[in-house]
Amino acid sequence: MSDHLDLTKLIFGRLTLQELPLHVPIVLGTFAVVMLGAIALIGVLSYYRVWGYLWREWFTSIDHKKIGIMYMILGIVMLLRGFSDAIMMRAQQAIAFGDSAGYLPPEHYDQIFTAHGVIMIFFVAMPMVTGMMNFVMPLQIGARDVAFPFLNNFSFWMTVAGAMLVMSSLFIGEFARTGWLAYPPLSDIASSPDAGVDYYIWSLQIAGIGTLLSGINLLVTIVKMRAPGMTLMKMPIFTWTALCTNVLIVAAFPVLTAVLAMLALDRYVGTNFFTTELGGNAMMYVNLIWIWGHPEVYILVLPAFGIFSEVTSTFSRKPLFGYASMVYATVVITVLSYLVWLHHFFTMGSGASVNSFFGITTMIISIPTGAKIFNWLFTMYRGRVEFEVPMLWTVAFMVTFVIGGMTGVMLAVPPADFSLHNSLFLVAHFHNVIIGGVIFGLFAGINYWFPKAFGYKLDPFWGKCSFWFWVVGFYFAFFPLYWLGFMGVTRRLSHFDDPSLQIWFQIAAFGAFLILLGIFSMLMQFWVSFRRRHELRDVTGDPWGGRTLEWSTSSPPPQYNFAITPQVHQGDAWWQMKQHHYQRPTDGFLPIHMPLNTSAGILLGGISFVFGFAMIWYMWPLAAVSFIALLAVAIGHTFNYHREYYIPADEVHRVEASRTELLANHV
Amino acid sequence: MKALRGLLLPIATLLTGCSTVLMSPSGDLAVQQRNLIITSTLLMMIIIVPVIVLTLLFAWHYRASNKKATYDPEWSHSTMLELLIWSAPLLIIIALGAVTWVSTHKLDPFRPLERLSYGRPVPADVQPLTVEVVALDWKWLFIYPEQGIATVNELAAPVDRPIRFKITASTVMNSFFIPALAGQIYAMPGMETKLQAVINKPGEFQGFSANYSGEGFSGMHFLFHGVSEEAFAQWIQRAKAGGGSLDREAYVKLAQPSQNDPVRRYAAVEPGLFLAIVTRCLQPDSPSCMKPMKMQGIGSEVAVPAAKGTEGMPAMPMAHPK
Repeated sequence: MSDHLDLTKLIFGRLTLQELPLHVPIVLGTFAVVMLGAIALIGVLSYYRVWGYLWREWFTSIDHKKIGIMYMILGIVMLLRGFSDAIMMRAQQAIAFGDSAGYLPPEHYDQIFTAHGVIMIFFVAMPMVTGMMNFVMPLQIGARDVAFPFLNNFSFWMTVAGAMLVMSSLFIGEFARTGWLAYPPLSDIASSPDAGVDYYIWSLQIAGIGTLLSGINLLVTIVKMRAPGMTLMKMPIFTWTALCTNVLIVAAFPVLTAVLAMLALDRYVGTNFFTTELGGNAMMYVNLIWIWGHPEVYILVLPAFGIFSEVTSTFSRKPLFGYASMVYATVVITVLSYLVWLHHFFTMGSGASVNSFFGITTMIISIPTGAKIFNWLFTMYRGRVEFEVPMLWTVAFMVTFVIGGMTGVMLAVPPADFSLHNSLFLVAHFHNVIIGGVIFGLFAGINYWFPKAFGYKLDPFWGKCSFWFWVVGFYFAFFPLYWLGFMGVTRRLSHFDDPSLQIWFQIAAFGAFLILLGIFSMLMQFWVSFRRRHELRDVTGDPWGGRTLEWSTSSPPPQYNFAITPQVHQGDAWWQMKQHHYQRPTDGFLPIHMPLNTSAGILLGGISFVFGFAMIWYMWPLAAVSFIALLAVAIGHTFNYHREYYIPADEVHRVEASRTELLANHV
Repeated sequence: MKALRGLLLPIATLLTGCSTVLMSPSGDLAVQQRNLIITSTLLMMIIIVPVIVLTLLFAWHYRASNKKATYDPEWSHSTMLELLIWSAPLLIIIALGAVTWVSTHKLDPFRPLERLSYGRPVPADVQPLTVEVVALDWKWLFIYPEQGIATVNELAAPVDRPIRFKITASTVMNSFFIPALAGQIYAMPGMETKLQAVINKPGEFQGFSANYSGEGFSGMHFLFHGVSEEAFAQWIQRAKAGGGSLDREAYVKLAQPSQNDPVRRYAAVEPGLFLAIVTRCLQPDSPSCMKPMKMQGIGSEVAVPAAKGTEGMPAMPMAHPK
């Protein structure tokens, strides 16, 4: 009998049937819904026999465009999960007053706010930003793919593996109850002995590797693969922001990997990096995590700034005002983002001089950011502004973001921060800049580049519905929180005593409901646009009168992007080409050298998921086997010499001729 | 007209913010922090308001359907304008940076108070009241070493007498925050932070932990009573009359995790208990014992493991008020 038990323990580690949430109705209900959804999806996909197609054309694809689109889909799926967490929190805080404990016990509520933060940053914003850069940037620089196409596919599947680990924590065991940055001593083994923090560590480690590799990949692509003539100061501004963001990723993510590795060592083998005893210091963790964490904010927001720049200039029918100063502003922000991390913990007892230094460096960031806002403003000046959906998001961003910037500078004044830190004012501030900056930017980008990706525009009616619900919902959801911050209400509370606060939480919950309608409208927008795709078809490849190279090719672009690599003479290259009555080449094509698809990426991602899961549950034999498998597949892949092929000139000719015909029929 | 006034009144209170604790605090430190919030907001309004107005104005005026508006499809550079858009925020930040430098030093929570409130310096004969604060799972322990008493989840101090809080935590990080009195400061295990503050008005004020610390976090609040000297003496007497004694053994028991604890009072406290908590030396010779070490320049006093014995560690080369 005891032998049998030991064997069970060896195989399943600390995972027992008790870890399944069979006694928690909410989780069980969610599980049922997710399972039904998954079964329905699998059924539909099997019915239409698209598994083979998905595997060949998408999952194993090394085409940067398809990987970009898959990143966006991952981000949108995870947005639904992250938002479910958000609306559960808003509901709890709107009802848990006085004698009512609400419907979520603290141990459940604490997991929800932790998961919300982790998912929204790592598995919504990051995949969408990476996806946007992946899809757009190579097209903007006139490249045929990224520098390391296989690495791109591998990075994506590592991100998926991380996301799947977070999702499995919903049904197997539980997620961390530590807040999204898992400060020790709360996250150490003594205070959080269960698997939650381990889910946190391994999902972020695995996804973090993906992010880092993708950062290297995109950085090299921008540095090495620009079309001839595209010097740095002729790059589109979105590519500039992508360059700076990837520099930040390459410099910041190793810090996250290191700090999480040290936390894992503290938890798994009893080292004392961050413990209170034996020379450990939790403040070291706080410093390190924010040395990653603050640049992370700019990793997310810089590409959004790039999107707004492209959108403003396109829809104002003018070149971007102050291109050079926009570039300098971006670079200055990149550098300064490493000099401000301590502003996240002024209240931990640093001396006045240290606090002042970091407060002032933080304020200095608002100078280039302010300059950017003015640049967009003067791009509209003397323009012909067309209020297509992407432009609506941009105007809403400019108004909303400056308010978030203002509250950010208020928080940067250390003595003011002593009163506002950790309050709902802070929560309102960072949602103001992340929703008002990053999310609005991504939605502008989705509406702007969707026709390029799929060949038809998104339906503007549902796009405008989504826009208004989101923007109005945002103000309803977060402005009461600014106010509650002034009332001295701190964050992460699952219960309140003071009944006078309740009305503000109810208004915020109403705002969250409006945002729900916004998300619903966005999904409707995708569905309706798909149904109306023939009416919304873009045959020109240039539906908005664009200015940069991605609009010079067809929508969707052929696999090789550009039949003949464009020659760049000035900034806004496509606009200049149009001004000079550019003629599309119709013959003289050469065979095009392209990378071949491979299943190594999805295989490595899958094994990494198993490895992470085994480490979380102390399933040591499985962990060892999966780790060896990981190495074996990675090494095995290096012996794969069958990695590239040529698209014959005839094939290129055929594709380009059909486009010529299409253009001729529609002009 | 009346309906309009009825509508405007709540908006007006909203704008002035009279009703919130952060905007109408009762302690001098919090008042100065409030003033700083207002100053910085006004300074930034100089930029923010024109930007918002111009955004909406330009977007409207230069809409594509307005053919009367000037259209200049090539205009994308103006040295004068660029100088202006970089220098205007720069000037604001120079002003705000100066304010920040001065106020951060003046309002440093570790710095002994110089005034009770505007125009009232601390009299030379007034000694600050010392309170030792320990954040436990999940309740607050307040030790009054001079009075020899301790309380759980209740704090009192005389009006217009400077208070010197010495703050630590038993297991995880918390943040000690009484919004009406002064800004918060973290309570961290193995470390001691300080807060020097004064309450100017009598009353009952909310205090709580402002840093999430686990399951019982939501119930981790207490009342802070600002009272007259006589009432304070009575409050001390009440503790002395009521409770038992807080020695190390009782402390270890008290430190066990519990939620939504009622107010408790102790008539006597074992001397040196707070230091033992900070240095994690509740049992002498315990391997966790640290040696207290004062690091100049760094705000918190950091305890280091006794075994390492690095008392001569170089001080950070920064001036910090003692």
